[in-house]
Amino acid sequence: MNNSWNDKLSPAVKAIPPSGIRKFFDLVTETKGVISLGVGEPDFVTPWHIREASIYALEKGYTMYTSNSGLLELREEISKDLSGSYGVNYDPRSEILVTVGVSEALDLAMRAIVCPGDEVLIPEPSFVSYAPIVSLAGGTPVPLPTTMENEFRLTPEQVEKAITPNTKALLLSYPSNPTGAVMDRKGLLALAEIAKSHDLIVVSDEIYDKLTYVGEHTCMSSLPGMRDRTILLNGFSKAYAMTGWRVAYAASNPDFIGAMTKIHQYSIMCAPITAQMAAIEALKSGRPAMKRMVQEFSRRRHLVMQSFKEMGLPCFEPKGAFYAFPKTSVTGLSSEEFAEQLLQEEKVAVVPGSAFGNAGEGFIRVSYAYSSDDLSEAFRRMTRFVRRRGVFPKKVIGPGGIDFVQKEGICQNL
Amino acid sequence: MIKKEEILELLESNAKLTVEEIAIMLNADTETVREEIRNMEGNKTILKYMTLINWEKAGEEKVDAMIEVRITPQRDTGYDTVAERIYRFPEVRSVRLMSGTYDLAVFVEGKTMKQVANFVSTKLATIEGVVSTTSHFVLKTYKQDGVIIDDEEEDRRLVISP
Repeated sequence: MNNSWNDKLSPAVKAIPPSGIRKFFDLVTETKGVISLGVGEPDFVTPWHIREASIYALEKGYTMYTSNSGLLELREEISKDLSGSYGVNYDPRSEILVTVGVSEALDLAMRAIVCPGDEVLIPEPSFVSYAPIVSLAGGTPVPLPTTMENEFRLTPEQVEKAITPNTKALLLSYPSNPTGAVMDRKGLLALAEIAKSHDLIVVSDEIYDKLTYVGEHTCMSSLPGMRDRTILLNGFSKAYAMTGWRVAYAASNPDFIGAMTKIHQYSIMCAPITAQMAAIEALKSGRPAMKRMVQEFSRRRHLVMQSFKEMGLPCFEPKGAFYAFPKTSVTGLSSEEFAEQLLQEEKVAVVPGSAFGNAGEGFIRVSYAYSSDDLSEAFRRMTRFVRRRGVFPKKVIGPGGIDFVQKEGICQNL
Repeated sequence: MIKKEEILELLESNAKLTVEEIAIMLNADTETVREEIRNMEGNKTILKYMTLINWEKAGEEKVDAMIEVRITPQRDTGYDTVAERIYRFPEVRSVRLMSGTYDLAVFVEGKTMKQVANFVSTKLATIEGVVSTTSHFVLKTYKQDGVIIDDEEEDRRLVISP
């Protein structure tokens, strides 16, 4: 009889494949003494002033529901922040919705705009939840593979080519988890033009916006004519090290935000008030701590890039987020094989790139949200591992035209 | 252009960093960084490379005290002469001129309470110009030089997350 419970499940849910990360997670937890580079959250604890503000709010008895859209003070601060950072203005009363993480905001956006049969374009490798959330909303996710050669940016040509009469929206996420790729203003402008000419909605997940190390982040909705066409998603998890608080927001035209609020009020009611109070404090005085954290990430980023160079794994320069996405196919192993064998032989956990879609096959995601000591040790182990698979740094022509292999500071004759 | 402040920040938080590591992290040339550090050591911007140690964990008994010292400023040199006579003692870990009801905050370290008390009464209090001393023994150190001594906030993240 037990089997029959499974038959009672919704086919839509059954059709969704289990998360590729989940499977690997179980494997890692079973192994002892692991150095993990597999985490998608900052290694900093939420700055104390933010935690303290939240404790104070609890002491003062802020334990009730808030309005469905979230505390007005928080929406006002969000509005100020967006206008200050990107010059794009949203009415805090009708154009901003506070959500339980960007994950909820994305779910609301998709449920609000997707009709059965609608297609949503998603550049891959992408965050694990994008395609399933589109499917659950009744839409069809259409992956647009991006490549290392093009620094995992989306080109206007491939978007044009993928558009059909059913295309409803383009789901963007730059800086990107898992690749660390960014899109510059020019690239985004080209995508915006396509969105306008084909009447597409752009859902832009900009949760990593503050973690941009080269150039400046461009907000999609700040581009000419894009404010109302864009559903902007952002939150506090990454920039303020507040992942577990689950607080984020969506900003768009009143129709979209109104529809999303309708779903939100019936399924969630409101984001937790303690988290909202903490978010207010983060926006009001969290900038210095955030700047320090970003600076620290930026330094580690250089360390990581140098390590892959010495290791011999090809890796493009990730200009945002806190991930590197090196190409592991040079070892002859698939993403999963590489991750599993690295875990077994050297006890280093990374996430196989295939967990982020087919375009991620042949790569791994390496998070540098770890102390430099942990990073150095993990890279030492990883170097041993790839050497055993016959990977060495690229040859450089030494003095007198002799081939040298530069390896950890010393030059060896080939 | 390489920022001196950035090198100093890195070294202040971790003196073990090598020149090469600093250069990589700041995306700068190794020789330039080496040169900058040498200069800053030369002009005493960088005074010393130290390690912060929890001596209690090492099984070493130590006693620390903060002594409030009131002094009579001297003509010409103000507080400096008396301060120097105090800070030259190796038992004295730090000396600071303070605003408020006393003048110098003197931190003294010793093996035992008796040793510290002895130092204060025979050496410190008898210096010419010292008007009075008030000793406060340290019972517990919670945080020192920006480091929380018994920090129980470890990495609680899941090993893998999306």
